[in-house]
Amino acid sequence: MTTPVIQAIDLVKYFPIYGGFIGRKVEYLKAVDSVSLTIHQGETLGLVGESGCGKTTVGYLILHLLKLDRGNILFKGVDVSTLRGHELQKIRKNLQVVFQDPQSSLDPRMLIKKTVGYPLEVNGIAKGAEVVTRVKTILSEVGLDEDHMYRYPHEFSGGQRQRIGIARALITGPEFIVFDEPTSALDVSVQAQILNLITELQRRHGYSYLFISHDLSVIKHVSHRIAVMYLGKIVETAPKATLFKHPLHPYTRALLTSVPKPDPGKRHSLEVLSGDVPSPVNVPSGCRFHPRCPEMTEVCRQDEPVTVEVETAHWVACHHPSTKNLERSNQ
Amino acid sequence: MDEPLLQMKNLSVRFFTYQGVVRALENVDLTIQRGEIMGLVGETGCGKSVLARSILRLIADPPGKIMGGEVFFKGEDILKVSRKRLREIRGNDISMIFQEPMSSLNPVFTVGNQMQEVVILHQKVNSLQAKDICIQMLQQVKMPDPEQILSKYPHELSGGMRQRVMIAMELSCRPDLLIADEPTTALDVTVQGQVLTILDDLVRRLGVSVLFISHDLGVIAQLCDRVSVMYAGKIVERAPVWDLFAAPKHPYTHGLLQAIPSVDEERDPLLVIAGTVPGLIQPPEGCRFHPRCYRRFEPCDHVVPHFREDKKNHFVACHLYGDE
Amino acid sequence: MWTEFRKEHAWQIKEFFFTLRLLGRNPSAVAGFVIIFIMVWMALFAAWLSPYDPIHISLQERLSSPSSAHLFGTDEVGRDILSRIMYGARISLRIGVLVILIAGGCGAIIGAISGYLGQRIDNLIMRVMDVILSFPPLVLAMALAAALGPSLNNAILAVAFVMIPKFARMVRGEALAVKEKQFIAAARASGAKSLWIILHHILPNCFSSVIILATLILGETILIAASLSFIGLGAQPPTPEWGAMVSVGRKFLMDQWWYATFPGLFILMTVIGFNIFGDALRDILDPRIRR
Repeated sequence: MTTPVIQAIDLVKYFPIYGGFIGRKVEYLKAVDSVSLTIHQGETLGLVGESGCGKTTVGYLILHLLKLDRGNILFKGVDVSTLRGHELQKIRKNLQVVFQDPQSSLDPRMLIKKTVGYPLEVNGIAKGAEVVTRVKTILSEVGLDEDHMYRYPHEFSGGQRQRIGIARALITGPEFIVFDEPTSALDVSVQAQILNLITELQRRHGYSYLFISHDLSVIKHVSHRIAVMYLGKIVETAPKATLFKHPLHPYTRALLTSVPKPDPGKRHSLEVLSGDVPSPVNVPSGCRFHPRCPEMTEVCRQDEPVTVEVETAHWVACHHPSTKNLERSNQ
Repeated sequence: MDEPLLQMKNLSVRFFTYQGVVRALENVDLTIQRGEIMGLVGETGCGKSVLARSILRLIADPPGKIMGGEVFFKGEDILKVSRKRLREIRGNDISMIFQEPMSSLNPVFTVGNQMQEVVILHQKVNSLQAKDICIQMLQQVKMPDPEQILSKYPHELSGGMRQRVMIAMELSCRPDLLIADEPTTALDVTVQGQVLTILDDLVRRLGVSVLFISHDLGVIAQLCDRVSVMYAGKIVERAPVWDLFAAPKHPYTHGLLQAIPSVDEERDPLLVIAGTVPGLIQPPEGCRFHPRCYRRFEPCDHVVPHFREDKKNHFVACHLYGDE
Repeated sequence: MWTEFRKEHAWQIKEFFFTLRLLGRNPSAVAGFVIIFIMVWMALFAAWLSPYDPIHISLQERLSSPSSAHLFGTDEVGRDILSRIMYGARISLRIGVLVILIAGGCGAIIGAISGYLGQRIDNLIMRVMDVILSFPPLVLAMALAAALGPSLNNAILAVAFVMIPKFARMVRGEALAVKEKQFIAAARASGAKSLWIILHHILPNCFSSVIILATLILGETILIAASLSFIGLGAQPPTPEWGAMVSVGRKFLMDQWWYATFPGLFILMTVIGFNIFGDALRDILDPRIRR
């Protein structure tokens, strides 16, 4: 087995919350609590979960945009968790990111030429005319014209701005790219174009992706493997087909059932979970999902479940994973 | 055939901006029957929010202006009634809920305060009776511990709860029509499931008609009875929900359905509608969809297609379904 | 070369002319601009426009009232007041522009660094700015000018120093907002260093606010500079600075009203001109109104 591009081992990130008059540290927002994942060369790991589950924080931690509290990140086998300053600078060009909001992901005052080209300059890869050539190449690769270099972000539509963001991320020839909800703010027809572009680029260049989204159908379309997050923890990880055919964790099953399908012939109750997504500040004891779980028993309230490999490459953290779900999921 | 609850005829709305005149809605027809949920689906910029706001005359003037058309509600043309009558209709006969419940609820007043205000305004009851009505409504939307909720502030509730409060508030006066503008778009998918189930249940029981606006075809498929598809300020197709999804007629509808990644089947690559949504200052001539349509032919680029009934109850504005 | 420039800046050029058109339709903007234009014209062409040499002494004509020979009268040594006012425009405007450039430049950089780097550095810098702001601007300017020695250039430095915190505060606020945008995170992830981000992302996004603040402060600057000269700390005689003229003219206010009044009027008009122009500019540049 070749070395995975990215290995995240037991990542922890708590955000302190200050309260009261004096501003003491009152409690912690447990955004990411012991999260591990692996991404192999040329594959896309989809990270799915609802708001507050910590998936964006995981992305930020791997990109070194936030400081890790505990845990390790390995890039191609090398521990890069504690890199700072100049050393960090050197690997930055290999770990890129494409953001969600086409409004704020591009500097409104910066020419596209500069926005797409500056990663080459700040990393000392190229200068002057060479930068212009590379910008032209990458722009055409993402489906834009050369002339678009001389324009400003507001002259483009949401979908085009996302393409520009992708161009900026790819220009340094990175190995790994984090996509943080890249199509959530786009219309359906544009979303389709961008998703096709992303998968095509991966086929052509062998990039490895961490694709973060709350939209299960989008995740299904782009990912090879999927990890489901809930309240700071990964509850299930599996190859795509396996996850959709027999999800083991009750939360995964609930998530799958809640997605409204565009088929009026298949109507079913969308209400599968009671209660609201709890806040990562007051985390339930034991298994974090227990207050909303239909399969909850006493042990769930007391002990945190351990992540277990139930079948090949299929991991679950649950006291009662439904292995008898194999038949039931053919619904 | 019973008289429809709402009948919109030939509605046109324009916005006058520095860059030019935006033709946001052009000759739009819409009918909503009693007790049905009519879905309005379209992408950003197609005009669905403008349409919703026009019904209650909520378009800011300037820069917007209702240029023409009629909106008959139970026989009255809302566009022409007096301000006083309009105030009576709003909230009482026709209610509206929006996407962001945080901005619809006033953050400095408690939930109970705001709900009671609405009830007292439209129903001549005293505050004690109003409070009872509010608690009843909160129970209808399955809120745990309604008494306690009344004393909370909006920011103390989660998004899903706030939306349920909004639903309770807007349905407290038993309106005939509820306009829901993307009510679950900002919610997590499991919360969305709860809210949609509650909404569906409640409106069926109370016999309230709903104009449900969304860009999410999945939600529309699960909830609505009939669906209207909008594109660039015009309605391009309208049909009962099964017909629309099983046999869409308009190429745009067809393209939209093909472009959604499906949880059930593999679609690789996703079929894409070429091009982008046009600006509405200079919309394309003839059929507004023609530049992106893979089935366009001779008349499409200069003749505007009529919105006509092609099959029983299935309307479409497309030259493919001729107007001979 | 020019075509390359045109291509890159096409949108800015278009925006610039659009702004000019909007300004043209706004009455305050036009009024303010006319006043500013007159002052600038006077300053630039004083040498040709002024009827007399501003420092030419003519004792027989001392303290003569406004007449056809001397439209604004003469001062206590017979110098033509109108000519002195024209040359004085040069000085006032020079003070205004230099102060804005120095204060704006330094203030913006300080504010951007403070806002972007945050935490301790931000705290430290802002506390220093607070200290400076806690003094009434005129008092502080006087103290500095006195310490540096009475001269026009020292007055400029003193006033600039007093104005720096205003720019710093404002730019810091904008920097805090810009910092949260996703393109900043993208820049960090792409390997850009903090200094680069401040120079290439933060500062350009604060530019229009700085311009607006500058036009609004210009009036105040001229007033403070005039006040400094008034008490003898700014321009030294025989330099015809408006504030100095008002100062001396005060002694003669009862009988020779023209001496202090005309320079005073010009100070007033210039400050108003910049203020109403700046106000109109701020409204016009407000993105909500533009679209």
